[in-house]
Amino acid sequence: MNRFAELLDRLAYEPGRNNKLRLITAYFREVGDPDRGYALAALTGALSFKHAKPALIRDLIASRTDEVLFGLSYDYVGDLSETVALMWPKAAMAAHNNPPPPTLTEVVTTLRTLGKTELPKQLERWLDELDETGRWALLKLVTGALRIGISARLAKTAAAALGDKDPHEIELIWPGLSPPYLDLFAWLEGRSEKPVNRDPAPFRPVMLAHAIEDGDFAALDPADYIAEWKWDGIRVQAVAGRDERGQITARLYSRTGEDITGSFPDLVPSLRLPGAIDGELLILREGRVQSFNVLQQRLNRKVVSPKLIKEFPIHLRAYDLLGDDENDLRELPFAERRERLETFIGKLGDPRIDLSPTVPFASWDALTAARADPASAGAGEDADAVEGVMLKRRDAPYLPGRPKGQWWKWKRDPHIIDAVLMYAQRGHGKRSSYYSDYTFGVWTEGADGDELVPVGKAYFGFTDEELLQIDRFVRRNTTEKFGPVRHVVHEGDKGLVLEVAFEGLQRSPRHKSGVAMRFPRISRLRWDKPPREADRLETLEKMLKAEAAEVEA
Amino acid sequence: MTRRIDGAAYMTEMRPQDILLPTAAGLCCKPGGFHIDPVRPVERAVITHGHSDHARAGHGAVLATQETLDMMRLRYGENFAGSTQVISYGEEIRLGDVKVKFHPAGHVLGSAQIAVTCKDTCIVASGDYKDAPDPTCTPFELVPCDVFITEATFGLPVFRHGDAADEVKKLLASVALFPERAHLVGAYSLGKAQRVMKLLRLAGYDAPIYLHGAMEKITYYYQSRGIELGELRPVAGMKKAALAGTITLAPPSATSDIWARRFPDPVTAFASGWMRVRARARQGGIELPLVISDHADWDGLTATIAATGAGEIWVTHGQEDALVHWCKSRGLRAQPLDLVGYGDEEESETPPQGEAEA
Repeated sequence: MNRFAELLDRLAYEPGRNNKLRLITAYFREVGDPDRGYALAALTGALSFKHAKPALIRDLIASRTDEVLFGLSYDYVGDLSETVALMWPKAAMAAHNNPPPPTLTEVVTTLRTLGKTELPKQLERWLDELDETGRWALLKLVTGALRIGISARLAKTAAAALGDKDPHEIELIWPGLSPPYLDLFAWLEGRSEKPVNRDPAPFRPVMLAHAIEDGDFAALDPADYIAEWKWDGIRVQAVAGRDERGQITARLYSRTGEDITGSFPDLVPSLRLPGAIDGELLILREGRVQSFNVLQQRLNRKVVSPKLIKEFPIHLRAYDLLGDDENDLRELPFAERRERLETFIGKLGDPRIDLSPTVPFASWDALTAARADPASAGAGEDADAVEGVMLKRRDAPYLPGRPKGQWWKWKRDPHIIDAVLMYAQRGHGKRSSYYSDYTFGVWTEGADGDELVPVGKAYFGFTDEELLQIDRFVRRNTTEKFGPVRHVVHEGDKGLVLEVAFEGLQRSPRHKSGVAMRFPRISRLRWDKPPREADRLETLEKMLKAEAAEVEA
Repeated sequence: MTRRIDGAAYMTEMRPQDILLPTAAGLCCKPGGFHIDPVRPVERAVITHGHSDHARAGHGAVLATQETLDMMRLRYGENFAGSTQVISYGEEIRLGDVKVKFHPAGHVLGSAQIAVTCKDTCIVASGDYKDAPDPTCTPFELVPCDVFITEATFGLPVFRHGDAADEVKKLLASVALFPERAHLVGAYSLGKAQRVMKLLRLAGYDAPIYLHGAMEKITYYYQSRGIELGELRPVAGMKKAALAGTITLAPPSATSDIWARRFPDPVTAFASGWMRVRARARQGGIELPLVISDHADWDGLTATIAATGAGEIWVTHGQEDALVHWCKSRGLRAQPLDLVGYGDEEESETPPQGEAEA
């Protein structure tokens, strides 16, 4: 475990991709099975055990340290696992027995079988046995929050380098593999044949798009591209395949490969043709696509009740076909896959699965017009659920990851308001010394004239330079401090106006203002604008009327 | 009668704040007629050590150790003060109604704790200190006292600094792992840099160590005081390719400066107690954090406080709240001292200035 922790620690600081690869590959070479396999699983997010809740970690540290000192330390460090790892006082007993620290394999396999009630004692023992870095890595692992800037792809690439293989080869067999990947490492080290993927309904790594910028168009020829609507739903991969007995297995995967079939049992019967569809999960009512706010009601539910299924009928809108029966279509150009998709959807003939239409255009100007007004460019009544257009190269094969120049996303312009900075809070992690979380408000009529009411919080969208500027402003214009939160001056003629961009609005009883924004971010700093000229709550309420009605429908 | 007893009690037991009091200019000793580490020009200054936030130019008279006075002269020029007076460790002199005695603080070369005794009350202003071993300065000396004024730069239990020699081993392991890259070690130019160099030598590293220009004067001064640092070379004028596999010491701000472009694919290290916290290292773009501190860590602070036997603790610059809380939980009287102008790490700790003297 300490060796794995050392790797994570070094990776967390190493910015260069190639140096990261070198470090990981060196680890795989140096460390034997099965530890390295579990390390690969940890780096690719493939470990499955019930994660410890942060509350448990807090209880553990509370039993060993002074509450006030912990609070001050946590506020300073900004990361629970790290705070606990750094201040963990070893039990006096541990020093005497001096048991060896656990191996990664021991940690992972123990966690898999450990009962909930035994977890705290076990964690405590490990924390006593490990060093500071080991404790940090252990806590990151058990809380399921490694976040060290390593993508699954990078870890697989490092593994591939061990056997001088193309990482793509690993991607293709990956869904059939499981930790600790003894067969994979045996193949990579030339000790055995390449493992075969036996899963009847495997996940295929998804292809992602780049956001297009104005400057990109000049280099692109409209004739090379097919355009589709970009739906404001959830990207999924719906896969069906036959097992050894000829029975259909159907699975729904999120874009990261997480199996989400259990949340959408109502879609499973529709996946009866062997194949792999890339598409968007949406809610359709009377043939009309509902907004993301509506779809949200079906997400993260522990129990999927018949009532929920009835009120929020699920739908799959297909835009790509990666597999057709036994045939892998990913090497084919997109235009050909699209034809196969149309045939496939036609053959399926299921009301829950339809085809995402293409958007015909002859020039970038025509596409610009369609994007600005999807309703009159073919999206019709579904226009509200369109969040932009997708551009896909006709000749592009289906490549995992985000290959350059193949797929582009071109989102609609967000909503914009001018709001006033009211409170600032120090960020976490990398930003723990900066005031980087901002609560902003708009004007409304109060008992004593106009007052600001908070309408949202944003912690990104600004540049590093802007972060420094806001941070400086916050420090110089603090009127009160409440723990990590600073109350920043916000009066008619004193304060900072933030231009806030957001994707949508929802009514929210939890907020004093009664509205909640979706995906708010700071789009500009309006040093030029006096706070009194910022927007009013009425403006938001007007926007809200159109959106909110749907959720209750 | 009652009144007379009160008067007598007052005469023998002066309140500590009658002896030392925080003022805008710094810690003021009225009965002695001086300030300790004043941040503004004063008539008479008593200075703990040479770091620029403690030792400033422009005072009338300055009392400090030989090394501290030399460092001030190096930094500010010959006329940094109206007059100077040297005091040695263990030496006691009378200033006004008080006695002043200097004791080693183990922070940097020449650093001192200042014991101020008035009547029967002894207050120790420890300045910056550390109880960990340091081959470049006289070890910290514990001074029993009634009131102990402690710094709190690393006054949180998350700050536990391990053995600095192990951190230097980490650096050498990295040099071995990436022989084609240059290793750039950010370190405060007074004290930290020389300690890192000395630790490298003690670890058996005998190749030349390269110096950023800003390091040279003070490092050569350390050598002149008998601290052996092996072969040192200015980095200026070196060819890029020739710096592969070398170690260069530089002020922390320089490691993220255009200056760093002269090095082949540099590994940026930073020797500081702040490196204990990952976010601090990442903010500065540090790839190789080295937890080497010239300040006492949490265990050092609390152990020292307890060992002084002081019943009252004044806590200054740093994480006062946690340390005051700890003292109170141990039944000690404790209060934060509102002194401004020192370290001020909480608010401005991020590079380029913040690393300053941690």
